[in-house]
Amino acid sequence: MSLKHDIEFTLNGIKRQVSVDVTMNALAMLRDVIGLTGTKYGCGEGECGACTIQVDGVSLNSCLMFAVDCDGRNVTTIEGLANDTTADALRDAFVEHGAVQCGFCTPGMIMQADHMVKSECCNDTDSIKRGIEGNLCRCTGYKKIVDAIAAVSGAQT
Amino acid sequence: MSELKHYFAPTNLDQAVECLKDGDVTILAGGTDLTPQSQAGRVKIKQTLMNIRHVSELAGITLEGDEIRIGALTTITEIMNNALVKQHLPVLVEACDQFASDQIRNAATIGGNICNASPAGDTLIPLLVLDASVELASMPEAELYRHSMPLSTFFIGPGKTRRSLCELVTCVRIPLPPENHVARFHKLGTRPALDISKISIGIAGTLKEGILSNVRVAFGAVAPTPVRAPRTEKALEGQRLDEATIAKVANVAKDEVKPIDDVRASAWYRKEMIHNITRRLLSHVAQT
Repeated sequence: MSLKHDIEFTLNGIKRQVSVDVTMNALAMLRDVIGLTGTKYGCGEGECGACTIQVDGVSLNSCLMFAVDCDGRNVTTIEGLANDTTADALRDAFVEHGAVQCGFCTPGMIMQADHMVKSECCNDTDSIKRGIEGNLCRCTGYKKIVDAIAAVSGAQT
Repeated sequence: MSELKHYFAPTNLDQAVECLKDGDVTILAGGTDLTPQSQAGRVKIKQTLMNIRHVSELAGITLEGDEIRIGALTTITEIMNNALVKQHLPVLVEACDQFASDQIRNAATIGGNICNASPAGDTLIPLLVLDASVELASMPEAELYRHSMPLSTFFIGPGKTRRSLCELVTCVRIPLPPENHVARFHKLGTRPALDISKISIGIAGTLKEGILSNVRVAFGAVAPTPVRAPRTEKALEGQRLDEATIAKVANVAKDEVKPIDDVRASAWYRKEMIHNITRRLLSHVAQT
């Protein structure tokens, strides 16, 4: 039988207590234990960024994080950005610029873009491209995504 | 090896090293490597999984005398954004900037990069040319015991270091570079992001009136560990960086490395690139 551990953390602004397998990753906990399926499983090894979440104010890959390591921390998923001004602006810009095609990369892309806009690190197209290096999109060719993020961050394109 | 039986998250260094006493412990820091490796079954987690995140002594970057101390838990992003590092160790910032992706830089730690001991580890090459040393803590009796060793003697094979199973890497210490210090780093990969080096090169030294001294050269991904290159260093030491010297040193570098063929590059290509990029970096240094 696998080893379990009880953790307590803040998920999208609400305190949660969960019992998780010690070897489980944070992505599996979010999707399979808690039932928040907005965070996507793409590659499972940190290449694609579909599973991007924010922990203590920075973006990271939930597939590269042990679920038990969420203990005591502040975790935000795409569901937690439902009423967030920056994320709302990003969502509208993604729609307007056609930055969503199949949509699978979109939650991770929005999580990363939200972190970038909030940390004011996307002053130009190059810095936006660098910022989303860890997010793969196989549909758009990225230009529409970069344009959408630039529209929100005020970067020149 | 026994099954995973305990999860432990110490809040101070004494607790952490005491837990390591029995040696059957897997250490979790940033988790960016351990998570996928253990999920895929390539790494088996030992009897105890110890998460060191809450050990505050392992965090932070400070100036201690004439050394910069970078705590083992410091993330790659924290290093890149730190004023002390930016001012004194720009070559380390450069290597961190080419490390994986933003999401991984936000989680991955320098202690993890060191203990993973990948021949291609991005921070290891600049740390080698900056004469970094690692500090290890253990608890042989009832007292905490610390000792340091030069990073250049720390690696013994891919994924293998001289850290014993009872020891924890607490920090890396880097002497403040002297005046006229120059340092360059180059990582050669297929694309900038999320790539493992085909080769990487670090060169450092003191440049005075065109002459390079106290030379340090290190190569990544050309040997079972990141390596210093003593023959190349000797060929450069005390030399004026003119075209003839640079051409000669690039050949010495090419002869000195003994890379292997693998999925990322052939041995032949690696040797050619060691030659070309050594030449390029030295030309850059000559122009400073």
